[in-house]
Amino acid sequence: MTESTLRRGPRRARRWHLHLILAAAAAFMVVPFAWQLLTVFKSTAEVTRIPPTILPHGWSLHAFETFFDTVPFWSMFAVSAGALVLRVGGQVVVAALAGYAFARIPFRGRGLLHGLFLAMLMVPSQLFLIGQYGLIRDLELLDTLPALAIPGLFSAFGTFLMRQAFLSMPDDYEEAARLDGANPFQVFWHIMLPMARPTVAALAVLTGLYSWNDLLWPLIVSPSGENRPLSVGLAGLQGQFGTDYPTLMAGAFVCSIPLITVFLVLQRQFFAGIAGSGIKG
Amino acid sequence: MTSSATKLPRRPSGRRGGVSAPNGWWALAFIAPATIGLLALYVWPFLRTVVDSFQDVPAFGPATWVGTDNYTALLHDPEFWQAFRNSALYTAIVLLGVPIAIALAALIEQVGRGRAIYRVLFFLPVVTLPVAIGMVWRFIYNGDFGLLNTVLSWVGVDGQYWVADPRFTIYAFGVVGIWMGLGINLIILGAGLTAIPKAVYEASALDGAGRVRQFFRITVPLLSPSIFFVTVLSVIGALQMFDLNFIMLRGVNNTALADSKTIVYLFYEKAFVQFHQGYGAAIAVVLLLVIMIATALQFRLQRSWVFYD
Repeated sequence: MTESTLRRGPRRARRWHLHLILAAAAAFMVVPFAWQLLTVFKSTAEVTRIPPTILPHGWSLHAFETFFDTVPFWSMFAVSAGALVLRVGGQVVVAALAGYAFARIPFRGRGLLHGLFLAMLMVPSQLFLIGQYGLIRDLELLDTLPALAIPGLFSAFGTFLMRQAFLSMPDDYEEAARLDGANPFQVFWHIMLPMARPTVAALAVLTGLYSWNDLLWPLIVSPSGENRPLSVGLAGLQGQFGTDYPTLMAGAFVCSIPLITVFLVLQRQFFAGIAGSGIKG
Repeated sequence: MTSSATKLPRRPSGRRGGVSAPNGWWALAFIAPATIGLLALYVWPFLRTVVDSFQDVPAFGPATWVGTDNYTALLHDPEFWQAFRNSALYTAIVLLGVPIAIALAALIEQVGRGRAIYRVLFFLPVVTLPVAIGMVWRFIYNGDFGLLNTVLSWVGVDGQYWVADPRFTIYAFGVVGIWMGLGINLIILGAGLTAIPKAVYEASALDGAGRVRQFFRITVPLLSPSIFFVTVLSVIGALQMFDLNFIMLRGVNNTALADSKTIVYLFYEKAFVQFHQGYGAAIAVVLLLVIMIATALQFRLQRSWVFYD
């Protein structure tokens, strides 16, 4: 309807300008990726030539070989993926349980406790790091997979997001199930949680993104470099191969591929997750 | 279960009925995991950081109470003020990404076919490891054979050592910060745009309003709650910048690092590299105050420009 009103007349010319501006902006987004990919196929000598070549001369696969020979990519990948699964799975269940109680089960002190969750929601994560590190160290979990995931199992944000989802649901289903003799956990698990699926997906996407990309916390809890996730391993590569740019770019490329692939498959969930957190958070 | 259902009137039973024993126990079971985790891993660490900020905490051995010494030292530490200025400048540059995102979101909204492709392209940095992003941009900014200087040489502009020269480092970070944040901002603003009723545009088109006029008179005011949200998020995120600082200035004897640390980088260095935990804790508390003040200020200012219907 708007389309027809607004796109009449000189619309064709304007659309052309529109795409020109957007394509220029999109090129700005893509150039770093393209440059990275072109660099991967060059030799170190070619990269440091002045002025540098744009297209690689030899299309060498040497950089990938060096990367896979010197970096335990698959074990780093497994650590990143394991921490993500643990964290996302754990957080969704823990946050959904608490969010459900905050939304639907009245109990003494509910407002106060919810206030405490909200207060923690507003504190930047750096304020927790010293204490979290102390706990992980005292539990002798440094350099382990659980260390990466444990703090992220609990999330004031996740709890809040789930509470909002459960608040907006009608009472009818819950009451019907209750009259059929279901206990509160059964009501939650079989009726309410499935109805909250969009919010669960949004929370999973946001938590997964954060877990995969996080650098500071994994850096702190992997002092020996054992069981390090991709982010920490890749940062280490920078120190190891200071100026071997093709190898560095190969590493950056290979380590970025998994999440980019997941995003391309699950685009809708990613966009909905980000937009949903914006509306509800 | 049945007894509570019969005892209470139907509707309020689930929501705001009195505290009945079975509900209480169930509530406890539901809430316990999250609450224990919150207390152990968030509330207690938070309190510990606050307490530590008033203590001298050696790597080994007991801590000693030093009152406000850490804060006094911090306020007289040129390194801290440098970090504060760096973070403030970085945040200001990243904020320039908001108007860019508004304009791009409005343009993308008008695209029929091809909208999905733009959204994906702008979103790519969001799903790329920040460490990888830092590495790629560091290479692009390289003073000797970086892509940026090469392109500049084509148009006759002298290149610079963008991340090795402290005069430029924060600006170099800022450009990457804008680039990284665009995808998220576009999604949030795009969701806000689709919520604007099309009839408003039709009515104003009938009144003869042009595109530009519509953008400033309709789109921006009606989008202002989303713009406000994006602005608040950008500021909070930018003030906590760490990754780019860590990756782009790491190793290779970079003299620029000394002058280019952000607040969170300084916190990391003090608390987890040099193990001056008390001093690090004081930096974290100051960061909290800075973020609280910046956010409160924005909420105060929003009254004059954010339009809620």
